[in-house]
Amino acid sequence: MSAPTPAGTPPKGVTGNILSSDTGGAASVAAAPFGHALVRAAEKNPRIVGLTADLGKYTDIHVFAEKFPKQFFQMGMAEQSLVGCAAGLARTGFVPFATTYCVFATRRAYDFIAIGAALGGANIKIVAGLPGLTTGYGGTHQGIEDLALMCAVPNLTVIDPCDATETAQATEAIAAHVGPVYMRLLRGQVPVSLDPSTYRFEIGKARLLADGPDVAIISTGLMTGRALDAVRELAAEGVRASLLHVSTLKPLDREAISSLIGRVSRVVTAENHVVTGGLASAVADVSVQAGRPIQLRRVGIPDCFCESGSIPYLVKRYRMGAPDIAAAARELLK
Amino acid sequence: MTSPAAIPQSLSRRAHALRGHVLRMAEIVGQGYVGQGLGISDLLAVLYFGELRYDPKQPDWPDRDRFVLSIGHYAIGLYAALAEAGVIPVGELDTYGSDGSRLEMSAPETTPGVEMTGGSLGHGLTQSVGMALGLRLDGKPSRVFNLLSDGECQEGSTWEAAMAGAHHRLGNLFAFIDCNNQQADGPPSAIMGIEPIHKKWEAFGWHTQRVNGNDVEAIAAAIAAAKGIADRPHAIVLDTLMGKGVPLFEQREKNHFIRVAPEEWTLAKRQLEEAGR
Ligand SMILES: Cc1ncc(C[n+]2csc(CCOP(=O)(O)OP(=O)(O)O)c2C)c(N)n1
Repeated sequence: MSAPTPAGTPPKGVTGNILSSDTGGAASVAAAPFGHALVRAAEKNPRIVGLTADLGKYTDIHVFAEKFPKQFFQMGMAEQSLVGCAAGLARTGFVPFATTYCVFATRRAYDFIAIGAALGGANIKIVAGLPGLTTGYGGTHQGIEDLALMCAVPNLTVIDPCDATETAQATEAIAAHVGPVYMRLLRGQVPVSLDPSTYRFEIGKARLLADGPDVAIISTGLMTGRALDAVRELAAEGVRASLLHVSTLKPLDREAISSLIGRVSRVVTAENHVVTGGLASAVADVSVQAGRPIQLRRVGIPDCFCESGSIPYLVKRYRMGAPDIAAAARELLK
Repeated sequence: MTSPAAIPQSLSRRAHALRGHVLRMAEIVGQGYVGQGLGISDLLAVLYFGELRYDPKQPDWPDRDRFVLSIGHYAIGLYAALAEAGVIPVGELDTYGSDGSRLEMSAPETTPGVEMTGGSLGHGLTQSVGMALGLRLDGKPSRVFNLLSDGECQEGSTWEAAMAGAHHRLGNLFAFIDCNNQQADGPPSAIMGIEPIHKKWEAFGWHTQRVNGNDVEAIAAAIAAAKGIADRPHAIVLDTLMGKGVPLFEQREKNHFIRVAPEEWTLAKRQLEEAGR
């Protein structure tokens, strides 16, 4: 069954408008969860300010800008200046939220994040769009290695939320947290995978979303939505899987990971990122450090720059879908 | 030999042909950078059919002039020029932006005729300076033509490279700045003012001119004048109209990424035909 095509989205098989959202056929979606949550946070804290580098509409911070025009600064297409300026605002006691895409924040402005902000613990929040394969625009726009780069920076908190519920909760959490944060952004129409009435995001805490003895899936970011589908697919075949959602990559909830892999040693990691330097590497590190050997299958982007194309095409091409997570689990159970 | 008077007319015809290719590609993806492609067709016609030395059958000919597209999203214009010039087949334009096509929405350097992967804006001039230094060091007559956008003038790296180009007296380097008065979030005046942009290039030591970027004769004349100055890099600021040649797009509210209703393409193509008569 194919979902009806919403007006304005291109036919299948072409690179989409960078403003369009690929919701992967989600049953429930929420619009601009980051923008609206930032408005709520700013209603409580008047020291919150927003900045962007010519990507306001494209990162949902326009919602904040419309509500608090005096607290919003358009910096033009200049990412180093964006991050440096945010650090300066933090040094004058403000809580700046700076937005651009993952690639431009991390590749172009790395030194400004590391030295300008993280070294001294400047209280800036970098919120970056188009993580991994959420755009068809090829190597220049797909943020495939940003988590590796950001996790390598001392003092920085690194978060990859999985859906609209968590994006909203994490936005309010990082607004209240004192210290530099890098958060990946899901924008536009964002799927709701977690129930907002029961789910509670906490910085540095992983959440066990399913508990089963046969195989452990450990996921981050939007891959958790697909992992939930994979858990259901496996359950239908009689395979009982655990699912641990690790939305904070740094500081890592080593205890939760260690405890899970102590119980279930067949492990599949799933991340919207290259399979080196991100979640898979972190899980392998916990396994070695804790002396808990595991068998590991990594679902994620291979060590390459990816093609351009429609999102469904890319998800298939790089084996990033729910069926790929389930297949990796089955392989371990053979 | 064509007579000098005939040249602008043939360039206008080429620009018109490029616009036809642009519409053909834009219709496939249904939306997109059609405004930019139409706006820059006049420059691309002058370059590819009046100025650049290249061999369409051998796009990597070592002695070619380099056309460096910083602004990867203007690929639609470049592909139109490459097809019209015979570097890529015209029929291939029908795959623009499609899964598995080498004509990606943002031009990758794996496609013939694309010198550098642009799209992460602010890279083009830095590499152009390197190419110009390298070509000069090798004693080659080849020149480097970089196309930047007004938005790209906000990136610090653009000015780092501009300083280097002037410092190293790169007379073989030409930068065209497409001032179409639009960037992602709105017009530059509302996002981060860049004007007077020609004075900035001048202050950075570049031989600078500012012309109507939709006038092939004015563009050709500016290039001719620039070539008379050997010891400085050349900036040619082009004031262009997004959507030029198709009134439907010229008049619509300006947008970085135009949305076009399916039924509008017939009108757009008819308007372009009428403009070409
Ligand atoms: C380094 C970098 N930052 C941000 C972007 C996102 N982006 C793509 S196009 C664009 C606007 C650039 O301005 P311009 O080229 O003048 O826009 P146009 O004339 O095409 O509307 C932006 C901000 C990018 N591609 N590269």
